[in-house]
Amino acid sequence: MTGPFEEALREKRALGKKLLVVYVTGGFENWEASVEAAAAAGADAIEIGIPFSDPVMDGPVIQQASQIALDRGTTPLSVLQAAADLDTGIPHAVMTYYNLAHNPGHERFAASLVRAGISAAILPDLPYVESAPWREVAAKAGIETVMLAAPTTPDHRLGDLCAAAHGFVYAVGLLGVTGERSALADTATKIAARCKAVTDKPVLVGVGIGSPAQAVEACTVADGVIIGSALVRQMLDGHGAAGVGQLVSSYRAALDEG
Amino acid sequence: MVMIEPTPDGRFGEFGGRFVPETLIPACEELEVAFREAWADPTFVDDFHRVLRDYGGRPSPLTECFRLSKQLGCRVLLKREDLNHTGSHKINNVIGQALLAQRMGKTRLVAETGAGQHGVATATAAALLDMDCKVYMGAVDVKRQSLNVFRMQLLGAEVEAVKSGSQTLKDAVNEALRDWVATLEGTHYCLGTVMGPHPYPWMVRTFHHVIGDEANEQCLALTGTDPDVVVACIGGGSNAAGIFSGFASSESRLVGVEPAGGAAVGRGVPGVVHGMNSYLMQDEVGQVQEAKSISAGLDYPGVGPEHAFLASIGRAEYPSVNDQEVIEAFQLLSRTEGIIPALETAHAIAWVVREAKNLQGQTVLINLSGRGDKDVDQMMEILNVDRVV
Ligand SMILES: Cc1ncc(COP(=O)(O)O)c(C=O)c1O
Repeated sequence: MTGPFEEALREKRALGKKLLVVYVTGGFENWEASVEAAAAAGADAIEIGIPFSDPVMDGPVIQQASQIALDRGTTPLSVLQAAADLDTGIPHAVMTYYNLAHNPGHERFAASLVRAGISAAILPDLPYVESAPWREVAAKAGIETVMLAAPTTPDHRLGDLCAAAHGFVYAVGLLGVTGERSALADTATKIAARCKAVTDKPVLVGVGIGSPAQAVEACTVADGVIIGSALVRQMLDGHGAAGVGQLVSSYRAALDEG
Repeated sequence: MVMIEPTPDGRFGEFGGRFVPETLIPACEELEVAFREAWADPTFVDDFHRVLRDYGGRPSPLTECFRLSKQLGCRVLLKREDLNHTGSHKINNVIGQALLAQRMGKTRLVAETGAGQHGVATATAAALLDMDCKVYMGAVDVKRQSLNVFRMQLLGAEVEAVKSGSQTLKDAVNEALRDWVATLEGTHYCLGTVMGPHPYPWMVRTFHHVIGDEANEQCLALTGTDPDVVVACIGGGSNAAGIFSGFASSESRLVGVEPAGGAAVGRGVPGVVHGMNSYLMQDEVGQVQEAKSISAGLDYPGVGPEHAFLASIGRAEYPSVNDQEVIEAFQLLSRTEGIIPALETAHAIAWVVREAKNLQGQTVLINLSGRGDKDVDQMMEILNVDRVV
């Protein structure tokens, strides 16, 4: 099955474009406007974060934004209801933690994503080895499950992991949690190359990309990048949708220039 | 058969597993392999028991409580983990993991801590084995347990106050996991209880099995038979797992006592956090809730997956007691036996006091998991006692 999320990324890749996927914390003040601004500024897909109480894969920036969103009373339902009204013309994924899918049950969670117009799910604490039951239900509902590949993932698992991925393969760029770093880790292009060697699905590097130049560097190997903390920082710093739009434009321009 | 090895995918029944970011999966696999090899190696096992004996003070005695027994009408025996070096059962697991980490070539330990007991034990093992040590502790707990913070610092450990989320034990676990994701190569995550991703629940229980083994022999020597009831307090469940494992195949009733404000099993809703599928205190959509009790060491919203399993099959029961009952039990044991228990441990005693009318004539073995020195300041406040100058 190739779903709409992966289809959209494949089409753009076929045109020779590098892919830009951006993360926005759902429930943060005016987050919907940030999503729209990011889409207008040239993002190829959006990851909508559903804030969770215990975001183990996230660094300080996304942690803080999630906490602010939770303190405002944000729930999975409130994020998904708002997401249903967003019409950006590009595909949407959710990024959240597994307990928020486990608690309502896989079927109900998948159905709630479908109702919100979401095509894909990214669950960073549901590793490949534990993911089969969710993937089966998600696939039946038409939800693409992105798999994360880490620099530590052994070769003997990487092929199966990439084969199980839908939407794209999320190549985790470094050993660590989300957050911008001052230089691109050398693990980033290495894991992207290892993934590219075993799959023709779009391979995007995420975690740790802190500048358009680093994004370009990652894309010497990868099909694209995921920008999270750098964007959320714009929201935290009060620059709102305008700041988000500017930031996304700068990445778009750098990637298009190559 | 219960309390044996989990399935290859780390399950106790439906509970357990390995729900951590992909980055950590190979580290968990490596740890499992290293633990299996070490535990099958007589040199390692001998080393472990030698350090527990010569450094930790094992075996810990079994104390019969004559006055308390008379008062309650049941025969009360205490397994004295409070007499271990550093003052609680925590040292058993920490010595095991630190020796294992050293064998794996790791040079740094990270740990989470609530009350500070596990942090102190980890800092102690790090000093003993010349390893670096960083302990994550919720900012709220740092304030509640400042004495233990200084103790860890004296032992050479770095203590970081965690300011995210609820700033308590669960957030300290998150921060320790984040540290481990970034420092895998040289660092071992020394988890303090029978929770987390496979192999931790099984490995930590195995290192605490010594409590149950000793207690089993000691009970037999003293009473000629197994106790009717085995009781322990439950935070994540390590001291309980240790003593239960010595009696799992006996007829003894197994009772794990939770704080009313942290009754993960009592509420009985399965959830996934910190690497495991287990009972978890969560709101109606799945956000993890903060546990709140008088004892920082029990303020964990989850419970080890093996306890979830033992509860689900009815092999063990998990009642809860409230703070007031704990305060009374704390004082009762102090006055009748001259033993000041940890506030955590006082939960187990409180249940026995409450249930005594139904335990008449029975033998009750309580795991006295730790001593109360760390809690006397808090108790002075609770009891409104002024310091005499
Ligand atoms: C003395 C004592 N008992 C019990 C506990 C709870 O942990 P567990 O349930 O893992 O035994 C603690 C934790 O800090 C403790 O210090």
